[in-house]
Amino acid sequence: MDKHHDESFIRKYFSLDHKIIGLQYMFTSLVFLMGGFLLVQLMRWQLAFPGRPMPFIGRFFPDTMAPGGIMLPEFYNQLGAMHGTIMVFLGIVPLGVGFFGNYFLPLQIGARDMAFPRLNMMSYWIYLVGGLTMLSSFFMPGGAAQSGWTSYAPLSVTAPTGQTVWIIAMVLIITSSLFGAINFIVTTLNLRAPGLTWSRLPIFVWAQFITAILLLFSFPVLEAGAVLQLLDRVAGTSFFLPAGLVVDGTPLDRVGGGSPLLWQHLFWFLAHPEVYVLILPAMGIVAEIIANGTRKPLFGYKEIVGALCFLGVMSFLVWAHHMFLSGMRTSLSYFFMTTTMIISIPSVAILTCLLLSLKGGSIRFTPPMHFALAFLPLFGIGGLTGLPLGFTPTDIYLHDTYYVIGHFHYVVVTGSIIALFGGIYYWFPKMFGRVMNPFWSKVHFWFTILMMNGIFFPMFIQGMAGAQRRLYDPTAQLHNLVVQPSNVFMTYCAWGLFLAQIPFIINFFYSMFKGKRANENHWEATTLEWACPSPPLPHKNFEKAPTVYRGPYEYSVPGHKTDFYPQNVI
Amino acid sequence: MNNAHAQEVSATGIPSGKLGIWMFLASEVMLFGAFISSYVILRTGSPLFEIPAREMLGVPLATLNTFVLILSSVTMVLALDSVQKNNQKGLSRYLLLTVLLGFVFLGVKAYEYHHKWAEGITLSSGLFGSFYYTLTGLHALHVVGGIVFNLYILVNALRGKYSSNHHERVEYAGLYWHFVDLVWVILFPSLYLL
Repeated sequence: MDKHHDESFIRKYFSLDHKIIGLQYMFTSLVFLMGGFLLVQLMRWQLAFPGRPMPFIGRFFPDTMAPGGIMLPEFYNQLGAMHGTIMVFLGIVPLGVGFFGNYFLPLQIGARDMAFPRLNMMSYWIYLVGGLTMLSSFFMPGGAAQSGWTSYAPLSVTAPTGQTVWIIAMVLIITSSLFGAINFIVTTLNLRAPGLTWSRLPIFVWAQFITAILLLFSFPVLEAGAVLQLLDRVAGTSFFLPAGLVVDGTPLDRVGGGSPLLWQHLFWFLAHPEVYVLILPAMGIVAEIIANGTRKPLFGYKEIVGALCFLGVMSFLVWAHHMFLSGMRTSLSYFFMTTTMIISIPSVAILTCLLLSLKGGSIRFTPPMHFALAFLPLFGIGGLTGLPLGFTPTDIYLHDTYYVIGHFHYVVVTGSIIALFGGIYYWFPKMFGRVMNPFWSKVHFWFTILMMNGIFFPMFIQGMAGAQRRLYDPTAQLHNLVVQPSNVFMTYCAWGLFLAQIPFIINFFYSMFKGKRANENHWEATTLEWACPSPPLPHKNFEKAPTVYRGPYEYSVPGHKTDFYPQNVI
Repeated sequence: MNNAHAQEVSATGIPSGKLGIWMFLASEVMLFGAFISSYVILRTGSPLFEIPAREMLGVPLATLNTFVLILSSVTMVLALDSVQKNNQKGLSRYLLLTVLLGFVFLGVKAYEYHHKWAEGITLSSGLFGSFYYTLTGLHALHVVGGIVFNLYILVNALRGKYSSNHHERVEYAGLYWHFVDLVWVILFPSLYLL
């Protein structure tokens, strides 16, 4: 029956196999990541050389975007909003959850497929339609959404049509993520192999499970907010519009009475757990790679799991720390300040456990291990620079500056993306049965790390010097001129980061077809995904359904003949 | 189909479909929770929240509609009870009744909308109207979804696909239908009676 399915044309592209869907997610989200990255390249040109026409590509832009190759402020705003939206919702989440979760969660729990293959396929196609809808908004009259990825009302309500398309695309993307989340939770609950108890689950599975719960409970709230904003835009309601609003000199013909702050609450109630959706899969990947690369059990498995669960719960109680400047009551900001300080503890605990796991290990410096090791200090910088933003006194100073951008990008770029790269290198042999070239992997690694730091570290300095974010022309204000040379430097680094991805792309496709053959268990790892053939068998993964006899990280067990003791071996 | 069910593994002992529908309902709770709390926040906090007179809301009709929906939940339970006792005729009959009651609810709702719109309570007339149509409209969409789900079950029931040891889907449709009913039980007092 399965064979028949494989042969048909429709089943090849509309596959129900979690591995094919995972790969579809991977390629699509990598393309979106590159797209979002190219958008920010344009922004960086404007930031480094404001008012100068863009070289080479400038002439291809219509006059509504960049007449004579010189970017208009509206177009800059569109780039900013779309960069954020694409990177977060169409790039990192689908890569970290859609791809890694889809492909490796069923393998790591020894399942044949996800619990609901049809739902799984639907969630990919809805995501793709949502993503294309999002991109199409550039062609709307007035251009794409330009109210930032946060879409604060009332600016977003009075913005041109692109914002409506943004909302519709978001509703599609949210729906896709919800289907995925239901699938992941049920799969983890129900399809674990015999013997795979909760205390034997790999950290990666734990991280994906908690991520799915966060998605399930936080995304509907943004969906509600998006519907209300859509009605505000198209049906004349005023959920987020206060009375007496004047736009471009004319009073707005609305009853009013709504609250712009309500949107902020609904948005951040999603968007703070969303940060953990971005980072938890990355932490899971890093934990897998570190256990494998150090050849010893993870330090504090139970502590990591406990911290992950605690992070999940706490992430719903901190959202308003994004809104300290909205004029909220002091008692309320105290509450959110306290919860924010509390939530930093489990993150530090996880990072500490991963760091201590290195102690006494005989480390194998494989390419994935490079990325996992880089994750630790770089995510540490991202996390620690968040603390001043969690305290109201310092946040008031730093909130509207580049410091915030630096903090966020250290968490998500040098944190999540670095870990996701590591994951691709780590599981590449499993997916394609071949290994990526180690030399070019390391070239990719070193240049990427250097350039990323070159882009984001100066942002802290700029921010503390008072350079505001969201400015179209950074030279318009005198006090910003001091940091302008660093803007030029950062733009060069952004070009460097682009060039640094070329070895990755070539290495990826070359290795896919011509790389060195890998055996079933290339990294000599212990978890279940290495117990099936590389690549795993279509529609059933394992030749024989595995049974689990021990914990996930039994490396260097005294008395065992090899230094790894797979979960499925008696 | 039956074969696939027999092979289905379940580490928890609960069928995956049932877990799935519960997870879906959990997300629905968050969705309606966000809408209803937005309503509560603006109703208590906005200076411009005008509540129309009780007479304009048509409380008797809405009470009737509440009764209709609760009755449909009862018939849904009876449908499940019938299939558990392998009573095929009872299953189809009660499912049909549930679907019909769903249509009655929608019909009354449509009449109410028409009436209120004529009275000047529209989507853009003020915050109450906006919330009224958004909340009840979203709920009505869920009723439509429930009717479609129940019709699907009904068609399969008429083909004799369910029996006393294979009726998970009847139960899932029931869970969803009861949820839709429950949402209305919360919406009714908060929109009409408060």
